[in-house]
Order: sequence, then C-alpha cells, then structure tokens
Amino acid sequence: MAEIFKIAIIGSGPAGLSAAAHAAKKGLSHILLEKTDHLSDTIFRYQKGKHVMATPSVLVLRADAEFDAGKREKILDQWNRDVSAAGVKVQFNSDVKAITGEKGAFTIELKKGDPIQAENIILAVGTQGNPNLMRCDGGNLPHVQYQLDDPGEYTDEHIFVIGGGDAGIENAMGLIADAGQNNTVTLLNRGADFPTAKKPNVDGMMAARDAGRINILTESNTNLVEPGWITVETPQGSTRYKCDRIIARMGAAPPRAFVEAAGVAFASPDRTAFPTLTPTFESTTKPGIYVIGALAGYPLIKHCMNQGYDAVEFISGNTSLEAADEPLLKDKLKGLPGTRSVAEWLEFLRSHVEILNGLSPLQMREFLLDSEVRAYKPGDAIFTRNEQGSSLFGIASGSVKVEVDPTNPAITVPIGESSIFGEVGLISGRRRGATIRAADACICVEIPRMAALKLMSQVPESRETVNRITTERQVLQIFKSGLTPSDISEVLAGAQVMDVKPGEAIITEGDLSDDLYIIRSGSMIVEKTLAGRPVFISYVPAGSYSGEMAMMERSPRSTTVKAAIRSTVVKLPAEPFRELLKRKPELDKRMRSEMKARREINAFIESQQDKFAGAVDMYSSVANFLIKQGIGEATDVLLIDESLCIGCDNCEKACADSHDGLSRLNREAGTTFADIHVPTSCRHCEHPHCMSDCPPNAIRRGPDGEVFISDACIGCGNCQRACPYGVIQMDKPPPPKPSLMKWMLFGMGPGPGQPDYEWRKKAAAKQSSESPKLAIKCDMCSGKSGGPACVRACPTGAAIRVSPDAFLSVARIDRGAN
Amino acid sequence: MAQAGGQSGRVRQRTHEGFLRHKGFRWAFVATGLSVAAVGVYFFVALQLSEPPNGGSWIGYTLGTISAGLIVWLACLGIRKRAVSDGHYSLKAWVSAHVYLGLSLTVLATLHTGFQFGWNIHTLAYGLMMLVIASGGLGIWAYSVLPHRLSANRGEVTRRQMLDNVASLDAQLQEAAQPLDRACAAIVRHSIEDTEIGGGFWQRLTGNYSHCANKQALGSLRNLPDSGPDSEILAKIETLMTQKADALALARRQMRITALLEAWLFVHIPATFALLAALIAHIVSVFAYW
Repeated sequence: MAEIFKIAIIGSGPAGLSAAAHAAKKGLSHILLEKTDHLSDTIFRYQKGKHVMATPSVLVLRADAEFDAGKREKILDQWNRDVSAAGVKVQFNSDVKAITGEKGAFTIELKKGDPIQAENIILAVGTQGNPNLMRCDGGNLPHVQYQLDDPGEYTDEHIFVIGGGDAGIENAMGLIADAGQNNTVTLLNRGADFPTAKKPNVDGMMAARDAGRINILTESNTNLVEPGWITVETPQGSTRYKCDRIIARMGAAPPRAFVEAAGVAFASPDRTAFPTLTPTFESTTKPGIYVIGALAGYPLIKHCMNQGYDAVEFISGNTSLEAADEPLLKDKLKGLPGTRSVAEWLEFLRSHVEILNGLSPLQMREFLLDSEVRAYKPGDAIFTRNEQGSSLFGIASGSVKVEVDPTNPAITVPIGESSIFGEVGLISGRRRGATIRAADACICVEIPRMAALKLMSQVPESRETVNRITTERQVLQIFKSGLTPSDISEVLAGAQVMDVKPGEAIITEGDLSDDLYIIRSGSMIVEKTLAGRPVFISYVPAGSYSGEMAMMERSPRSTTVKAAIRSTVVKLPAEPFRELLKRKPELDKRMRSEMKARREINAFIESQQDKFAGAVDMYSSVANFLIKQGIGEATDVLLIDESLCIGCDNCEKACADSHDGLSRLNREAGTTFADIHVPTSCRHCEHPHCMSDCPPNAIRRGPDGEVFISDACIGCGNCQRACPYGVIQMDKPPPPKPSLMKWMLFGMGPGPGQPDYEWRKKAAAKQSSESPKLAIKCDMCSGKSGGPACVRACPTGAAIRVSPDAFLSVARIDRGAN
Repeated sequence: MAQAGGQSGRVRQRTHEGFLRHKGFRWAFVATGLSVAAVGVYFFVALQLSEPPNGGSWIGYTLGTISAGLIVWLACLGIRKRAVSDGHYSLKAWVSAHVYLGLSLTVLATLHTGFQFGWNIHTLAYGLMMLVIASGGLGIWAYSVLPHRLSANRGEVTRRQMLDNVASLDAQLQEAAQPLDRACAAIVRHSIEDTEIGGGFWQRLTGNYSHCANKQALGSLRNLPDSGPDSEILAKIETLMTQKADALALARRQMRITALLEAWLFVHIPATFALLAALIAHIVSVFAYW
C-alpha cells in the first residue's frame, strides 16, 4: 500500500504552493498535485513580462513562499526556488479525476498513474477550468489558442475568435480596440444569437460590426484549420478564409461537478457560486476538504497564499492561530474606547448591529477589514446633507439624530442602537439627504458600498433588514411633513418592491390604477399622448415619487411613466395612503402643491404643443435620444453642441494635459442627434457598471459625485469590459513632455494634447522603468479647483457637462421655440 | 442654470450658451460701453482743441495705451488656449471677450489716430490691426456657420473611420484585381497607389480634386472595351471604385470644412505677429522722435 499523506494539495497556484511550502516547512507528510508540468499554470500563462501586482497593499503576506509585485518571470522563478528550498514533494502531470472517501482516508484518483491516499485535502484548483477544445481537423495546430493574454500583442493579423460568449466577444473587442494594430478580426458563433453573453457586450460588438471594425459569422462552424487558413461552414455554404490566428473561447468545463462529486456543497445553484465555507478557516461542508484561493472566492494572490498557510496550520492542529489580518484589525480598533480584544469587538459588533447578526466569526473578520468602526462624541456630524457618500452605517451603541429639515437643525428624528443609517445613499447612489449627528456618545460601523452589497447577497437576513428599513426611511424622507415611522406603518405594510426593466411602464395613461410609486434606484420618464404621439413630459430621478394625481383625485392616469433604465420602485397602496393624507393635512398640502407644479408643466407642454408643435417634438425626441444613450443612469455627462463645435479637439487636449498626457474622452466617437453629440466619455453613472467587479475595489465615488479609479488599480481590465459605454481604456501614461513654453518657443516635444504613438514609443525607450497598463477614465478633473478641463478649455461653449434632471427640463422647449 | 455642485466647492459651469452669447452678451456690452465712452470723450475734447486730438494729445495717449494693452492681451489668447491650468478659467469667456474687445479696437485705435493717416510705420501698424480684426471677423462667420456643416457632413463617422474606409476599399480593390491582366491591373494600381486623400492646404480649401487618381482610374475603367471573361470582375471593381469615390468625397468635404474653419487663422495669426512688431516700431519711433 502506498503512503498515506497527511495533506494532499491539488493545484499548484499561489494558494496551493503556499500551502505545500508550509506543509513542507512544518515537516508534515504531503503531496502537491499539479495537472501540468510546471507550477502555477494560471500565472505561467500570463503574457511574457506582464507586471503582476500585489494587492491589497495593507494585507501582510504570511507564507513560506515569497511574493512581491513584479514581472511574471521573476515571480515564477521565485516560487520555483521557494518550493524546492522548502522541500515540497510535487507530482507534476497529475490531473485529478475524482476524490472519494472521508476525512482521514481520502482516495484521489488520477487520470494517469496510481491513486493517492490522504487524510486531508486542500483544493486549490482555481476557476480557470479546462477550456473546451476545437474538434475539427487541424484544431491542434499551434496557431489555435484558448486564451488571449494581451490583445495588444498582435498586429496586422487575420484573427478568428470562435465562440459568442462573453469571453469570445471580449477577446474580439480587445483585438479591435486599437485600430492602429490593424487586425482583421472575425467572430464566429454557432448560433444565430448571443444568448449567453452580456447585453452590453453584444451591443458593443454589433456597433463595431456596423462601423465595419469586426466581421461576425453566425450559425457557422469551423470545418478545417490549416496554417494560414480556416474553412467555415456557413448557412450559405463552405468558405475558406485567410486566418493567421484562432482564439477559441467555446466555454470551459467548470470544476464544479468535480468539487461537488467530492461532497462539497456550493452556496447557490448560480453558475458563478463558490463552495460554502464553514466558520473555521477554509473548511467546507465536507470534513477534511479545504477550499482555498480563487475557488473559494479569493482571486487575489496575497489572499490565496495566506489561506494556504492558514489551512495547513489548522490541519496540523493549530486551532488558535491568529489570522494574518489580526494586526490590521487591532490597528483598526485601536482608537476606540474600552479595553476589548479584537475577538470581543467582533462579537460586540456582531451582536449589537442587527444586520450583522447573521455573520459567522470568519465572515465578521473579513467584513471588518473592509469597514471602519468609529466612536463619536455627542453632537459630532457623522455625515452632512448633500455630501456624496455611498456607505452604510450601523449603530453598535448609543444613538444618532437625523436633521430632517435643512432650514431648522433643531428638528431631528432619532435612530437607535442596532439600527442602520445612510442606506439611501447606498441604494440610490445619490447625495446624502440629511445631516446626521451623534445624539449621545456612540459607536458606529461604516460599511462601504461594496462590502454592504456583499453582505446583503451573502446573508439573506441582512438583505431583508436593509430593505425594510430603506423603504421606511425613503418614504419618510420623500414626504417629510413631520411623519414618523408609526404614521406610515400601515402604508408600508402593503408596500411592494418591484424591479422594472428599461422601457417597462409602471403607470399607463388612461388606466384606472391609483397606487403611488417611489423610485428607489434608476430613473423614470413621464410621457403623455399629444396629437396622437407620445411626448416626453419630464424625467423623474431616483428618490422621487410618481402617480400621486390618480391616487389623490381618483382619476384615471393622465400620463405614462416608464423606466429609463433598469430601476427599482416601491409600490405603495393608495387606500392607506389616502388615510394617511386625511390624518396629516400638512402632507396633503405639500403633495397638492407639488402636484400643482407638475400639472403646470404638463399644461405648459400641452399649450406649446398647440403653438409650437415642432419645438415640442424636438424636445421630446432629444429627450428620448438622450435616454436611449443611457443618460437616464448618468449623473454628469459631457455633451457637445454640434452647432458650436469647431472640431478643434481642445477638449481632448486639455483632458490629456491635465491627466498625465492621456485623454479620457473621444470627442468624435459617439452618437449625434439634433446637434447634440454624446461623445465617448464617462457619464458617472448612478450605479456604475465598472464598479461591479473590481478586485482591488479601486473604483470609487469622489466628493463631487465623480466615479474615479484610484491608485489601487491592478490593470485587470474588468471595468473596461463592464462599461457599456466604452469609456474606459487600458493604457500607461506617456513619459512627461517638455513644457508648453519650450514647445511654443523652441518646438520641443509633441505640443499640447496626447502625444502621438511614435513620440511616446521613442520617449518611453529612453526611460528604463517598467509601468503596467492600467484602467483610465474620466475623473471629472477630481481635485482641480477649476472643475472639468474639457469644459473650461472649449473656446466656443460647445462642450457642456450636465446632469440629466437639469438638462431634460422644459426649459429646452423655449430654446427650440426661439 | 450655473450651479455649484458637491462638497468640494469646485467651480462647475452648467451654462449652455455659445461664446457670442456668453453671460448674456456681457463682453458685447462692455466693448460697446468702452467704444461709446471713447467716442463721447473724443468729440467732447475735440471741441475744446484747435486741431484734432491725435496720438500726441492726452486723449491720444490714453486711447493708445488702452489699445496697445488690449492688443497684447488679445494676442495672449494663443497661450491661454494651450495652457491647461488647474484653476478656474473659461476659454469661452476669453474668446467672448477677445471677439468683442477686439472689435472695439476699430473704434479705440481709429480715434487714437485722430484720423491722421500717411505712408508711415504708424499707419502700417493701424492697417495691420484692421487686417487682423477683419480676418477675425471672418473667423466669427466661420465659427457661427461651419460647425453645423461639419457635424452634418460627418454624421457619426470619425475622421479615423473615414480614412479606414478608404484603406479598406483599397484592400478590397487589391484583392479583386488579382485575376486581371496587366493593363487592367495597372488601372487599379493607379487608383490604389496614386490617390491622394487630402493634398495641400490650398487643395483642401478649394476642394478641387479634378486630377484625383481614383477618378482617372474610374474613367479609364469605363472606357475599356467590353472584355468577356473579366467583365464580372471589372463590374465589381467599378462598384468598389465608385464606393471609394464616395468615401473620398466624404473625407475631402470634411477636410474642406476643417480647412475653411482654419483658413482665416492663416491671416489672423501672422498678421498679429506683424502687428506686434509694427506696434513696437510705432511706440519706439514715437518716443525716439518726441
């Protein structure tokens, strides 16, 4: 019988090799199984010379292998040395087929070779999986590849990307991103449509096809691959195309089936779900199997390596191991009153803040790493009205007061221990609606938006609590009028949170419904049929209500209200609300006066329709055009009045000169309607798509509402792919150029604006240091006292930055009528 | 609807008005006020003096100093436009002031001359100034009329795409011409190799491309005798060349409008430098021969 190892580690990526190195250092009997013939295949397959980053920078590395930011080669060399120095027993070319058995007696079956016996198993296989291979003749030729490391690597090639999923589309779009590379890219898809890809990806690709930058072959299959050629079977017949490179992205077999077969449960049936982890280190629902690294949901190298170390410590019996983050947490909690230890603080916060009740101690640790705990003295402002902020606060002890009336700070509403506040900013992405001060000495935990969203998705109880409180608060905030939670409890009892798709109507003109709606996130447009056509009446941003006319007057709906973008609304039943109005004459008066103002706008547009039908049509069609361009989710967008733009590109030059020499806007690109041009430039979305998957959490909102990318960017490109408007580019700043005066007087350097490619290449060659390509986008000239440079530098006033609610107002009708 | 936004107290311009209408014609009013005041004072003073108040009188010196200061300041727009600083400034406001104050110079400087002209450096400086202002006037016309044409011409096509379109049609021509005999291939090669998209500034400005190689090639192609087996290929090439002619026309129209938008600057800027030189000579000579 072969040796029974104490630990078998499957996968030799950063997580696996760290675990193996530590096991070796501790003298535990172990084996490291690797599918390929080299360590860390994922990093190995990075493009040559790629700069690998070490984030999060605050996290201490605790491992028996070293890791520091640097080139791929340097890191791989280091790991190879560390692994052999530690005396790790590695078995290459060992593709694991199945895991059977129980803790203490697992059997690992390999595709080739004898099975391996182990007491414990650490699974560190990552999420890369096995790509599906090309099956046709010639599919094994060297110019067929299954991944694309750097789209910038290829120039002047005929490239076929096979597969219409997100990976394929993203690869194809990456290859055509820089027209200077002069690649002829064709995407081949088996079906007629692209059902598995994200809509923005498909839209972007279709736009590129319409612009002639990419060819798309649908309902097509590869018949034959030959060097330099590809033969494709299309509905019209078989055609042979020139082809220098094939990138096959036909999906990958996720390791889920394999992991589940070993007895490990997953958190949800979702395709992207991770295995469920128990509170103690990275152990799973199957005793004796530990999941670490990317497979456990931690894609960053440092996390991976620390987890490898921790899991081995735990298996070797060290159950009292202090986590690597202990010093960080200690530091975080240092300034707080009292003498609690880290563990005591964690328990205190967990038990005292309602939304944290459902967390495990391990989740609590990770959660606190992202969050801040602060003590406030009575009267301290925690945040102020109109401040831009997207974090959520939980009250662990004490209480706070909300200044609900901006004109009179003496009017306050209390919020007590264990509750939360700041949740409206979290959900709607808009500015803070009120100033909140500590009512007495209190301790609050501030949870950044990403951590809060993660919390809500992982712990259902937290989500329900946040939703309940949010609705209550939003109703109170929108209707003000001195309402208290007890006043609206009946209204809220029937409240219903609804997701609305873009273009879907929540209210239809002429209907007899009478519910009131609150727009929680997204935005709505109001339309009315005039002279047989729908006319845009107004734009309703998140944090407003709609539908009050029918509710108050029991009349049929006078307008249609539909979603401009994907939105969340809260439907409040009419009857309890009418009861509330009877009890609260102040609220009744307030709503009637707002209703009157809205009526006047409707009446104004109707009257203009009679006199200036053309102006109203124009107003309506411009509004619809802008909504179609995604302005409905923008907070601040750059528009160019084409009746004033002389095409001098001074906006682009100013942008480049105020941002390390790289312009973040493309004036010419983008769409135009009725002299209004929407250039390719960031709109600072209310719910930024780019923020959705940023591993180092580098994308944030600044004090003016600008969405910006901080220095923590690791250059992964997720945001670039996530942005449906194509405003993020991956680039490295060019070397500094000679000053303006040197250019003007002596002709030195490339002059104002983004230096051309040739100059950059030459100047960069003189510099020795290597700098990685990072994500670059508009930051609204954050920190510059003069505001956005593009607008300041426009000589004719063609470039304007607007917020949609201000721009889409009836004031435009007057402009049109004049 | 100018509004200050956010917590940082940064300047945020939200106004939507062109440089001529900037802040409700603020600089038009300032320039008109300045001119009216100068005219008023001039004729009031003229009544008191025996001879017309020329550059040597106190009012002449005052007007001359103001005018010279204005000229130097107006010329600084060239630097302001290119120096992107972090603090608040609005290039639109600068251009607005540049236009109206520049126009007011026609009044201020004319009064400064006391209507005394001659064949000398002083009148040369005045003449150059009027040339600069007149070319600037063309600029105002160009900026108010051409942007619309510029935008209407390109639609949603960028300059880069226009050039790429031509390149892509060239590639298709190349591909299609492979089976052709030498004579026909020469025609296609003429279109591919000898077509100049833009040409010199004058050509771009006039939009005269009568010697366009693609046009010539298209002509020769149509004059070819009917050649049986190749006729299908030739028809395809004719289509491609016609498409190329359209793509060229679009790009050239864009270049023409851009050239028109810039043409006045080819007078405005050199004349400004000549004016600055003449102005220095004028001032130095006045003080040297006092």
